[in-house]
Amino acid sequence: MKVKGHTVSKGQATGPALVSKDAISFLGGVDPTTGVVIEKGHALFGKSVKGAVLVFPGGKGSTVGSYLIYQLKKNGVAPAAMINLRAEPIVAVGAIISGIPMVDRLEKNPVETIADGQTVTVDGTAGEIEVR
Amino acid sequence: MHLTREEESIYNGGQGPTLQKMMEILVALGDIYDAQKLIPVKSAQIAGVSYKTMGDAGLQWVEDLDGKVKIPAVLNPAGMDRLAFAEMGIGASFAEKQERLLKAYEKLGIRPECTCTPYYLERPRFGDHLAWSESSAVCFANSVLGARTNREGGPSALAAALLGKTPYYGLHITENRYPTVTVKVKEPLHGSEYGALGYVAGKEIGDGIPIFSLKTTPTEDELKHLGAALAASGAVALFHVLHVTPEQYILPPDKQEKEAQYLESEDDWQTPTRFFLPREKIEVDVRAVKALAHQQASPDIIALGCPHASKEELEEIVRLLRGRHVKKETWVCTGRTLGERNPELIAALRRSGVRVYYDTCMVVSPAANRFKRMMVNSGKALKYTPSMCGVDAVLASTEECIETACRGD
Repeated sequence: MKVKGHTVSKGQATGPALVSKDAISFLGGVDPTTGVVIEKGHALFGKSVKGAVLVFPGGKGSTVGSYLIYQLKKNGVAPAAMINLRAEPIVAVGAIISGIPMVDRLEKNPVETIADGQTVTVDGTAGEIEVR
Repeated sequence: MHLTREEESIYNGGQGPTLQKMMEILVALGDIYDAQKLIPVKSAQIAGVSYKTMGDAGLQWVEDLDGKVKIPAVLNPAGMDRLAFAEMGIGASFAEKQERLLKAYEKLGIRPECTCTPYYLERPRFGDHLAWSESSAVCFANSVLGARTNREGGPSALAAALLGKTPYYGLHITENRYPTVTVKVKEPLHGSEYGALGYVAGKEIGDGIPIFSLKTTPTEDELKHLGAALAASGAVALFHVLHVTPEQYILPPDKQEKEAQYLESEDDWQTPTRFFLPREKIEVDVRAVKALAHQQASPDIIALGCPHASKEELEEIVRLLRGRHVKKETWVCTGRTLGERNPELIAALRRSGVRVYYDTCMVVSPAANRFKRMMVNSGKALKYTPSMCGVDAVLASTEECIETACRGD
């Protein structure tokens, strides 16, 4: 099933979906050396974002979060791709500087229609995703 | 967003990978905020400078870039004074990383002047479009000078510097600069009370645009402290002060009839003009503001210069010291160029035992972490130092700060 959306960060990647109903703060919310979510009470607490297609409403917290996404990428524990309901600057900029494909504003709400573990291809250049 | 042919070519990699990334950042932000086009900016001020917040990831990112800025660009404060870091108690490994980061910015053609008050170096003019990062500088440029800038993140300010452009949205557009809330203060204020006002009102205002009706005419430094605290405690990037700031006479055309109000009988004002005062009103508890602005405590450090001290503030501190020697650790933070232009003031401060630090401040340097209780004259420092440095912070007037420093109690 293909779903159209908007380009945030170019490139293409495939991986298992990891879906969060909560916004994510990359500064203080995710361990940059392991990729594990460490924010207490978070929907993804204890789970690793490494290699996943990370589906979440959007970012929150400090703008330094953009660099933390870059650090995840350099440490080899970044998500393969990201999908937001509506991108905000912290995550969008983080995805771009890290070369992580990312889309937003999909025709169908991804947080509600994509399930954990489904294989998702994000085509950031075309601004669409394919769910298998 | 519409891109010119040249912008499109950069977006597709025609001028190399660094500019491509930078253009992608601007386009993504433009899409997020529904910008129609990119516009030229006069200067950039770039956050993401302290190694304390950037870490190795940020350092690596900046070092990997390749290009030259197209417009004058300076930096936000760093984590240390570039020369006096040892005296600050900054370790060699931190200093080495911090220097590498500054060198990486310098390689891009950025002037390595690390200051949150870039308007003391070159004053933007009314209506200039800028891409500045630091929240208090953004607030000052928009509010006091009538220049136009959104609050940029580090990467987007850097992108603006390397491309000379920014997406046209937010505070670049006149219609987005009208006040959204009226804030009345019914008693005169002075000095640090303006920072306290910003601290108190900022929480209520959030990201709105306040217009203040005041009983006193604030100095430029008092406006600086008001804006810095509004930006720290709320997310205010533009404020107006009736009869004081340059844009208060703007009346949104569609609101002229419906919402514009006569100022309630304020006999002490001479100009009975019609102003746009939003119906949404906040009445400030002046007693709470004054209490917050004059706290008494026994600090182990007195730290002034947040935002970086102006020449007038340095003069005031020297005057208040009256040649006495401080008995407690006392810092004054300012910009390196401003300090070097006023050597007699700096020398007078140092003769009194005051530590003058350039390039940094008590908020962004890890050097402040070793203290327990910090006395400040800034609403912004009051807001940030507890979380950033782990100190108890108390606010007092500049005079009370200096007296406390000289008494040593």
